[in-house]
Amino acid sequence: MKTKNINFIIGSILVGIMLVFVLIGIFYTPYNPNQMDGSVKNMAPSFTHFFGTDNFGRDIFSRCMEGAKTTFLVAIITVSIGVIFGTVIGAISGYYGGILDEIFMRIIDVLLAFPSILLALVFVSVLGTGTFNIIVALGILFIPSFARVVRSEVIAIKQLDYVKNAKLMGASSLRIMFVHILPSTFPILLSAITIGFNNAILAEAGMSYLGLGVQPPEASLGRMLSEAQTYIFSAPWYAIAPGIIIVVTVLGFSLMNEG
Amino acid sequence: MKKGKLKFAFLILAVFSLSIVLSACQDNMKKEKVSETPTTDANKSLEPTYGGSIVVGILQDLDSLDPHKAVAAGTKEVQFNIFEGLVKPDVDGNLVPAVASKYDISDDGKVYTFTLRDGVKFHNGKLVTVDDLIYSVKRCAGLLDKTDKSIVVEPALSNIQDVVKVDDKNIEIVLKEANTELLGYLTFAIIPKDYKDEATKPIGTGPFKFESYTPLESLVVTKNEDYYDNKKPYLDKVTFKIVANTDSAFLELKSGAIDIFPYLTDDQANQLADTFNIKTGNMNLVQALFLNNAVEPFNNPKVRQALSYAVDKKAILDMVAGGKGNTIGTNMFHAFSKYYEKSLDKVYTFDVQKAKDLLAEAGYPDGFDMTITVPSNYQYHVDTAQVLVEQLKAIGVNAKIEQVEWASWLSDVYTNRNYQSTIIGVDAKLAPRDVLERYASTASGNFINYKNPDYDKILDKAIKTTNDDEKVTLYKELETLLTNDAASVYIQDPPLLVAVNKKLGGYTFYPVYVQDMASVYFTK
Repeated sequence: MKTKNINFIIGSILVGIMLVFVLIGIFYTPYNPNQMDGSVKNMAPSFTHFFGTDNFGRDIFSRCMEGAKTTFLVAIITVSIGVIFGTVIGAISGYYGGILDEIFMRIIDVLLAFPSILLALVFVSVLGTGTFNIIVALGILFIPSFARVVRSEVIAIKQLDYVKNAKLMGASSLRIMFVHILPSTFPILLSAITIGFNNAILAEAGMSYLGLGVQPPEASLGRMLSEAQTYIFSAPWYAIAPGIIIVVTVLGFSLMNEG
Repeated sequence: MKKGKLKFAFLILAVFSLSIVLSACQDNMKKEKVSETPTTDANKSLEPTYGGSIVVGILQDLDSLDPHKAVAAGTKEVQFNIFEGLVKPDVDGNLVPAVASKYDISDDGKVYTFTLRDGVKFHNGKLVTVDDLIYSVKRCAGLLDKTDKSIVVEPALSNIQDVVKVDDKNIEIVLKEANTELLGYLTFAIIPKDYKDEATKPIGTGPFKFESYTPLESLVVTKNEDYYDNKKPYLDKVTFKIVANTDSAFLELKSGAIDIFPYLTDDQANQLADTFNIKTGNMNLVQALFLNNAVEPFNNPKVRQALSYAVDKKAILDMVAGGKGNTIGTNMFHAFSKYYEKSLDKVYTFDVQKAKDLLAEAGYPDGFDMTITVPSNYQYHVDTAQVLVEQLKAIGVNAKIEQVEWASWLSDVYTNRNYQSTIIGVDAKLAPRDVLERYASTASGNFINYKNPDYDKILDKAIKTTNDDEKVTLYKELETLLTNDAASVYIQDPPLLVAVNKKLGGYTFYPVYVQDMASVYFTK
């Protein structure tokens, strides 16, 4: 019990720091994150620019705030899409079983059969690049994993006595599904969400790194990493700042998930 | 309990090892610098040697191996090494005889006579004959009985009426209408008559022979032992490696996988200054925010003028090129100084208020949204776009950047003209006509859909006149029209920053967009 708490506490602290960072970023950034200033190009971290400046003289601290906001937003919406559709599909196919279950699960098998990044690339090349499209593409990709988790839980829970009792008392299927069964899947779903959130952050960073996600000059953590790679030797702070933010966030969520 | 501690220990270990790796990287860098310095000093003032092979980085795949079918500037700059025309440009911007040994233009400007150079051989070992010359000219001018439709006949060449064999040494090119500028267009490749495999196994007469081509990877050329200039080339083999973007090229330069790379950004050049020779020239491109004159809101000249006022060109140069390069005020670059109307530089001075007023007059007092389509393989254009987006915010114009692959840029933007605005550099042959001709209403290269009847009339006159002074005046008038109509937002002729391996010498700049490897050599 005690070990779990340590993981959870460290995880929460890390996530907490990041959330505060992002929340402040929504209302206040020290500089305009897209403001260019030719006089301070590639400056090392200092008191005026905590994380230094990039090749356009933009403040990296402000851009990290802005970028983390974008990345978090993409991750949250993506996971929400995955959870909502995944839960509904999982619950229905788990509860009713039979042919409906078969159809849903085979579709999901097909989706899972492709490497996720490849599938995202296909979506993006059909839909075009941009923040909105990346959300749609990643959202669809996240549905199968949630659907599977919920389905297996629903199948296990629907055998339990209290569900059978509710059935005997004449509760409707919908009521049983969403009032009696779903709340019991929350503990499992919650850990699936934290893992999913991590994956979403990494996926967004990956796609933006490849130039398919958020378009310049908008900031996102992956986009910043991609722009920074040329300067890794001359201006290492440019890559390190967004890199650390990704690492800390993902680590935080992983530790929370363990606890 | 135990498990938790173990994890924590791992975590700390991970952080430590990361910092060690990072600091190790820095150590390596320092060592590199130290070891490189002595060799550089020893390199200078050494004679060229023969032999050796190098790798040159290029930014885009070739659109066709057939020199008459290629349209992309990036393909032609490479093919310069494999093919030669009747004449070719030299480093000073003159046209010098190549496959022809001399030429003569009749006084009325209607007949061009070329004499074949003695002993020029194709890469397959056969001597070049006048029949090959006639075939090549006819193929480019669309005069063959069965000319391939995918060869786009340039308007200047469609003026050729006939190509006549005088004797075994001489040919005459007869024009429909007098034209004194045709020579600049006769740089197209001379290829063997009726050779069918030009698109897969190209044969030319240039200093290098085609060896192999792997799409999206590389083009390999080897030394042409029979080249008529027996001093050149020095190198045995040149590999043109296609790299995805300047970032990956930069990393490959660092690792030593590429010896020459011509399209560095200013920051990259500064970082490589210790380990490479950095050469600065001009790209001889017209880089502009090209506006599709046929779509809203750019069909309104006032909007285009507003954008021209809103852009601070000097700031763009400072930001993306470290202050190098030249700003331009019209669709011409400074290398053609004779034809460049300098007063046009001052037409659109940076003036936000004026831009806002013009927008209000045009009916967009609050600005508008626009999309800038940029090919993602050109970091320089992407960077320029980023600075532009910031500058346009000042007048309420909300620009969005859309990065596309080079292939989709070519088809969507250039061929199908399905775009709003784009940033690209337009190149030209050694003839000012080539720079301006594309804006004729019906020209196939008029991807901005510029239409102005006056322009068409003056262009027609400029092409037909044989009086040089009149020609210059008319070309300048055309430039003035383009600038006053604000056909596009003309930005700059970008600096060409080339990283050259310190062991190499002889890299030269041309006033046209080519990479000449024949003059490059290893110093010992």
